[in-house]
Amino acid sequence: MTLETLIAIFIGTALVNNLVLAMFLGICPFLGVSRRLDMAFGMGCAVTFVITLSGMLTWIITHGILGPLGGALAVDLSFLKYLLFIAVIASMVQLVEMYVKRFFPALHSAFGVFLPLITTNCAILGTCLLIDLRGYSLLEALTFSFAGGLGFALAITIMAGIREHLTLCDVPEPLRGPGITLLVAGILALAFMGFAGMMR
Amino acid sequence: MSTPEAGGDLARFRAGVWSENPVLVQLLGMCPTLAVTNSLENALVMGAAASFVVVCSNLVISLLRSWIRPHLRILVFTLTIASFVTLADRILQACLWDVSQKLGAFVPLIIVNCIIIARAEVCALRSRPLRAVADGLGVGLGFTLALALLGAVREVLGSRTLLGIPVPGAGFEPWIVMVLPAGAFLTLGAVIGVVNHLRGRAPKGAIG
Repeated sequence: MTLETLIAIFIGTALVNNLVLAMFLGICPFLGVSRRLDMAFGMGCAVTFVITLSGMLTWIITHGILGPLGGALAVDLSFLKYLLFIAVIASMVQLVEMYVKRFFPALHSAFGVFLPLITTNCAILGTCLLIDLRGYSLLEALTFSFAGGLGFALAITIMAGIREHLTLCDVPEPLRGPGITLLVAGILALAFMGFAGMMR
Repeated sequence: MSTPEAGGDLARFRAGVWSENPVLVQLLGMCPTLAVTNSLENALVMGAAASFVVVCSNLVISLLRSWIRPHLRILVFTLTIASFVTLADRILQACLWDVSQKLGAFVPLIIVNCIIIARAEVCALRSRPLRAVADGLGVGLGFTLALALLGAVREVLGSRTLLGIPVPGAGFEPWIVMVLPAGAFLTLGAVIGVVNHLRGRAPKGAIG
């Protein structure tokens, strides 16, 4: 493994295969919390933090605990993976919620129900599953999950910036709300396809 | 939106399919909706797997409802759902290997599908088992239909086929963008616009 592989994973995950716009992970917060720029940015940071930590922890659990333990007991314990992954993510989110509540009370009340809902953010579970599926090493897993989180933060921040301008526009009645948001997301996804030229 | 106790079991079933359709009206479960609808086959298999999980988890949670403590309910929901998803994942790998490879991480991701958690919270936790199953069947069918609609539109426009069979009379150049990620967002946005338009014209009583 060289530095080039890591850089390729980083750019490939953050821009080319953006979690939200190319892999469709984490659409719910992307549509739900992208109304205001400051909240979107805060959400992006929280998700980046949770994603990086849970990516690492689930890698350690799969390779450090389930593998050797299964070997020792001569059973394939991989069916426990999903249950363990979701338990790790839920505890990480609890940690972030306590931290935000203690140090940024205003942000905490602005997030409301969306903060505990990070647990059910598919971007996080999806990242953990993809790390497992693609058989990354520990360092690759760290790069992948951090870049994934950054890509999510980037996408949701851009989206919030566009939506703040959209409030001044005259949108046809049936398309108000989710309809126009999805169309904008489609155009944003088209723009992000341009990054594919960076990977040869 | 009607309360879970209003109307009979059949009414719960119908509400899940149309007036409270999880994807097109409540906008839940967006990730699988966008990700697996590049062909009709993927959409149908995904819909079937999610329906299986929502019916089973609704039944189990409804049976357990008098023992579930309020502060532990989300944990119970997630663990119940995760168990059934593991089961569905193994069955798919055994019976439909090709499709399960195409769906990839999106089968285990049913665990965090908000539709299923929402049904457990809104309906199964306070209904008897029969109503919970009727609700699960309705929501599952509504989810499958919405996915099938998107899958059919994207497959016909994007690859000029339906379930892998070429569509007769489709002489146009395939719209590659429809099978790419951007097409998913554009199609769903347009379909939601059309559904809103139809719902806006329906008589007031028909809206749940």
